[in-house]
Amino acid sequence: MLKGLLLGVAGLAMTLTNAVPVFAQEVVKVGLILPMTGPFASTGRQVSAGAKAFIAAKGDTAGGKKIELIIRDDGGVADQTRRIAQELVVNEGTKVLAGFGLTPLAMAVAPVATQAKIPTVVMAAGTAAITKASPFITRTSGTLPQYSVPVGTWASQNGIKKVVTLVSDYGPGVDAEKWFTKEFKAKGGEIAEAVRIPLQNPDFAPFLQRVRDAKPDAVFVFLPSGVGSLFMKQFADRGLADAGIKLIATGDVTDDDILNSMGKPAIGTITGHFYATSHDSPENKAYVEAFEKANNKMRPNFMSVGGYDGMALIYNALEKTKGDASGPAFMEAVKGLSWTSPRGPVSIDPETRDIIQNIYIREVKEVNGQLHNVEFQTFSALKDPEKAEAK
Amino acid sequence: MLTILFDGVAYGMLLFILACGLTVTLGLMNFINLAHGAFAMTGGYVTVVMMNRYGISFYWCLPAAFLITAILGLILERTLYQWLYRADHLDQVLFSIGIVFMAVAGADYFMGGQQQLINLPPELSGRMDVFGVGIGRYRLFTIVICAVLALALQLILSKTRFGSRLRAAVDDRRVAMGLGINVPVVFALTFAFGSGLAGLGGAMGAEILGLEPNFPLKFMIYFLIVVSVGGTSTVSGPFLAAMLLGVADVAGKYYVPAIGPFVIYALMIIMLILRPNGLFSRGAGR
Repeated sequence: MLKGLLLGVAGLAMTLTNAVPVFAQEVVKVGLILPMTGPFASTGRQVSAGAKAFIAAKGDTAGGKKIELIIRDDGGVADQTRRIAQELVVNEGTKVLAGFGLTPLAMAVAPVATQAKIPTVVMAAGTAAITKASPFITRTSGTLPQYSVPVGTWASQNGIKKVVTLVSDYGPGVDAEKWFTKEFKAKGGEIAEAVRIPLQNPDFAPFLQRVRDAKPDAVFVFLPSGVGSLFMKQFADRGLADAGIKLIATGDVTDDDILNSMGKPAIGTITGHFYATSHDSPENKAYVEAFEKANNKMRPNFMSVGGYDGMALIYNALEKTKGDASGPAFMEAVKGLSWTSPRGPVSIDPETRDIIQNIYIREVKEVNGQLHNVEFQTFSALKDPEKAEAK
Repeated sequence: MLTILFDGVAYGMLLFILACGLTVTLGLMNFINLAHGAFAMTGGYVTVVMMNRYGISFYWCLPAAFLITAILGLILERTLYQWLYRADHLDQVLFSIGIVFMAVAGADYFMGGQQQLINLPPELSGRMDVFGVGIGRYRLFTIVICAVLALALQLILSKTRFGSRLRAAVDDRRVAMGLGINVPVVFALTFAFGSGLAGLGGAMGAEILGLEPNFPLKFMIYFLIVVSVGGTSTVSGPFLAAMLLGVADVAGKYYVPAIGPFVIYALMIIMLILRPNGLFSRGAGR
């Protein structure tokens, strides 16, 4: 009770102080909520660096308004994300929310976005259902179904008949398993077994042994990026590659940020994803150069591009509304936006507010002594299949 | 089948090395040290830094991880822990969990939040087939080292003069001091040794369990299961408990993947109902 009262008073004080000074140029505050500490800190680091890279490249005004970025750390805990979102909206007068490293974190904010009519840009989380949780949510990363299906297509076209799926047992993992399986079976493939690994799992040995004993042509894997590196080592150690089992995965497993530290075992892995640091385009070249310079040689990965494009979306939408950041107007402007991102051409689906983009099939190769995801096949302008099917 | 058993034993051995230091502090010194995992993590990071930044051989990293963690343990014991030996258990828990959080934040600050990877020497990676059983070389290495350590530990505690002094100091601090045993020194050395073992475990575990700043929190529960199932009065108890848990965990996840993660907890509950004081207890406490 007392706490609520205090919050109310504080909120009032804030609105008062905000109301008094009149600047020549109005400010639009963008609240970036990310896991900057804890096990998913690398997501927060990459996304925020991507967002900052955009501001550094394109200046800090859009639609005649000054853009102010407020970065907050939720530590990867959903109730924190929600509390911070409320604080940002109520106390700080934030007009746009963005960030969200994991599905549960984005889901927790959906009610806040709906009630306060705050445009919310998901920059990392990848479960398909997120954009259905509120009409004020849009997304600039990608969805698991979106980049699992092309992997299934590729596998069926390249002589892979029998696959074991191995995914982390939570939202995105289940999404990846479901859509890969669907596509692969539709093209005549066989799923020998579907293994789910608990999210907090220390040792992959039993699961990998199970895969080995099923003797498939390939194993399809989704794991959140940090865990992927550990998996890769054990995959090699268990001799699965020698047993003729090919590793195919979503791009999360061969995250560019940590790919180099995985070493030789990663070479030859086939993945599907929306961005690779080595993507060949002038936009990406400029982006990678600026990013590495600003971040002490850290490689930009797909999350950073989600952050970069999230800012691109906010800027473009504000230009379109002439600086009006109110929920309905902003979201109307978001629908159908299109621009050229470092990852290639992207647009926002007017019906689902989700991103439409190219998905690339890549192979891990050694390029100039560095490991890279090298793109070799493109599936153009894919929508999120889950929402496309629901229609 | 045998491969699963082998993997389980290797995993159990690793758990034992990680947890046996905790057995020593908890069981022998009667101190609840939840920060044990932080020492293990220190050992892991020592190895990562030495190998990846300075290119030192993995074999040298193991003793270094032991020594550095042991010294760190000694320093912390002298400066912080010793004041809490007589405090009640709640204070000890609060104090040590505070250390855990500081260690997590510190590791994140200095090393970053990502998974740390080490590249093993080639002779330790890969696997070989022995009579049709696939054996990971590194896991075999782990089993050998841990078995030797377990044996040595048991001998030190039961056969050496230091071991009997330690047991005397634990049983009755006042009488032991009256007999001229320098109890603070014995405790400090024991604590340092226990921390060192954790550091070694962390170094060896980096390859199998991974290493990131949340390591101490992630594995605290496993340490506590090993110690509570094994009981704290012997070394062999936790050893068998760790074996049992390792094999049960790996086999559970292999044969019934859907409920695999629950197997060890179910096992723990059954064990604690049947033998509330651990597998090999000397009867209800002192």
